[in-house]
Amino acid sequence: MLAIPTVIFLTVIVFLMLRLAPGDPVQIMLGLTSIVSEDTVASLRKEWGLDKPVYFQYFYWLKNLAKGNLGRSIQTHQPVAAILGGRIVNTLKLCSVAYIIGLCIAFPVGIISAIKPYSIIDSFATTIALIGVSVPTFWLGLVLIILFSVKLRLLPMAGMGGIQYYILPSITLGTGLAAGLTRMIRSSLLEVLSQDFITVTRAKGLPEWIIIIKHALKPGLIPILTMLGFWGASMLSGAVLTETVFAWPGMGRLLVDSLLARDYPVTQACILVGGIGVVLVNLLIDLGYGIVDPRIRYD
Amino acid sequence: MIRKIIKGFRKNKLACIGVGYLTILLAVALFAPWISPYDPYAMHLDHILEGPSRAFLLGTDNLGRDLLSRLIYGTRTTLLASFIIVSITCCIGTVLGTLAGYYGGIIDDTIMRIVDILMGLPQMVVALGMIAVLGPSFTNILLLLSLLTWTDFARLARGGTISLKESEYVAAARAYGASTFRIIFKHIISNNLAPIIVMYTLRMAYTILTLSGLSYLGFGIQPPTPDWGNIVSIGQQYILVSPWMAVFSGVAISMTILAFNFIGDGLRDFLDPRQRVRMQLKK
Repeated sequence: MLAIPTVIFLTVIVFLMLRLAPGDPVQIMLGLTSIVSEDTVASLRKEWGLDKPVYFQYFYWLKNLAKGNLGRSIQTHQPVAAILGGRIVNTLKLCSVAYIIGLCIAFPVGIISAIKPYSIIDSFATTIALIGVSVPTFWLGLVLIILFSVKLRLLPMAGMGGIQYYILPSITLGTGLAAGLTRMIRSSLLEVLSQDFITVTRAKGLPEWIIIIKHALKPGLIPILTMLGFWGASMLSGAVLTETVFAWPGMGRLLVDSLLARDYPVTQACILVGGIGVVLVNLLIDLGYGIVDPRIRYD
Repeated sequence: MIRKIIKGFRKNKLACIGVGYLTILLAVALFAPWISPYDPYAMHLDHILEGPSRAFLLGTDNLGRDLLSRLIYGTRTTLLASFIIVSITCCIGTVLGTLAGYYGGIIDDTIMRIVDILMGLPQMVVALGMIAVLGPSFTNILLLLSLLTWTDFARLARGGTISLKESEYVAAARAYGASTFRIIFKHIISNNLAPIIVMYTLRMAYTILTLSGLSYLGFGIQPPTPDWGNIVSIGQQYILVSPWMAVFSGVAISMTILAFNFIGDGLRDFLDPRQRVRMQLKK
C-alpha cells in the first residue's frame, strides 16, 4: 500500500510551500499589510518554533495537524478548518453529480460502440469522445455560459442554489470524464471480446448484448477502474477550474482565491485535503480490484 | 519505422488532418512576425472590445489589441512551453524507467515507488500551488510541471525494457561485449521508441490542456505575453460585452489539443502491434 508514503510526501510538499515562499514566514503568516514590532516577530517566531531547525518545524507542524489544527486564515482570522468544512461539502456535491452524469453517458455509449465497432454510430461516438477529451474544462464552461445564460437566458451564470444551478457546472465537469471513460470502456471491451471464452459464448448463440453485459463487462472493468482512479485527481483539478468559471463556493474556488490573496494557511489546507481525498479514492479503487478480479487478494 | 509511420498515416484520415493542422500551426508560430496583421502589443484605443471586422479579423481585446495577432503570437508561447516540458519529462522518464527495468532490484524498487507516489498526487493542483507560491515565471512553470509529470514515460519505458532485456539480440549484444551504456541506449531504448512516441504526442495534448488551465487561473504565462489561456481569462471578464475573445482563443486551444490526440491515436493504431492484429481480425 502506497497510500501512507504518498500522504507523507504530500505533507512535506505542503509544509515546504510556506518555507519556499519568498519572505519571512512570520511576516507571511501575519499578512503582508500588518506592521508589527521586532519584539513581537521574535516572540512569535519562538512560539511557532521557527527558531528551531527545519525538520523540527516540520514535526511541530505535523503535530498540530494531527490535532486538527490547520491554523487561521490570514485574511479573515477564522480557523481554517471552519472555513473548509462547508466548502468541501459543496465540492463533493458538484463532483458527485458530475460523476453520475459521466458514468450515465459513458457506459451505454461505450457498450454500444463496442457491440458494433467501426460502424457509423461507433465512429460518431469515438469522434465526439475525442473532441470531449480535447476541450479545456474552463472553456467549455464559458461557452455553455455564453449559450445558455447570456444568449438564451435559461440557466443562471454563476453561484449555487437550486437544481438549475447544478446543470451547467456538472455538465462542464462531467464531459471530460464521460468522454475519457467512453473511450476506455470501448477499447477495454474490444480487448476482452477478442478472447477465447467470448468465442465460446458466441458459439452458444447468445445475443451480443448479453455477451457484453454478462461476460465481457466484468473482466473489462479492471482497466476502467484504473481510469476511474486517475479521474479522482482529474476531478480535483477539473473542480478547481469549473468552480472558478461558475463562482461555485467550493474548495477549488477557495484554493484559487487563497492563492491570489496569498492566504497560505488556507492554500495549504486545501491542497492537503484535496490530496488526501485523491489518495483515498485510489485506495478504494485498489480494494475494488479485489471485488472485480477474485484472483487479486490483499493480505 | 519512419516508412511504417508514413504508410500508416495514409490510411488514417484523422491523423492526416492532425498532421496537416499542426504543420500549419508550426508555420504560423515560426513566421508569426510576418503573418500577424498587427503588433500583438500595439493598443488601438479607439477600437476597444470590437467584434470581428475587416480591419480586425477576429476583433480586439479590452486594450484594443488585435486578437488575431495575439492568438498568432500565443501559438509560439503555447507550443514552445509544452514542447520543452514534454521533452524534459520524456528524457527523465525514459532514462529512469529504462534503468529501473534493466537493473531491477533496489534501483527498480526505488524509482517505481517514487513514480507511484507522484502518480498518487493530484499533480495539477500541487503544481498550481507550488507555481503560485514560487511565482509564475516561465522557468518555474517548466521546472515544476516537468518534475511532477515524468511518471507516465517511466512506467512505459520500464515495461518495454523488462521484455526487451530478455530478448536474444540483447543477449547477443552482451555476448560480443557491448557496454551496458550501449545496450541500454542503442538496443533497448531505440527499440522501445514506438510506444514512447505515442505517449509523447498524447502528453503534448495533455500539457497544452494543463498549461492553458494554469494560465486561465492566472498562474501560467503572465500577461502582457500573449498566451491562449490568459486570453480566455481576460475574455471571461468581458463575456457579456464581447464573447469573441474567450470563444476564439478556446477554439485555438481545443483544435490544437484535438490535432495532437488525432495523431496520438493514429500512431497508436499502427505502432502498437496488439491493436494492429485486432484491427486485421475485424477486417
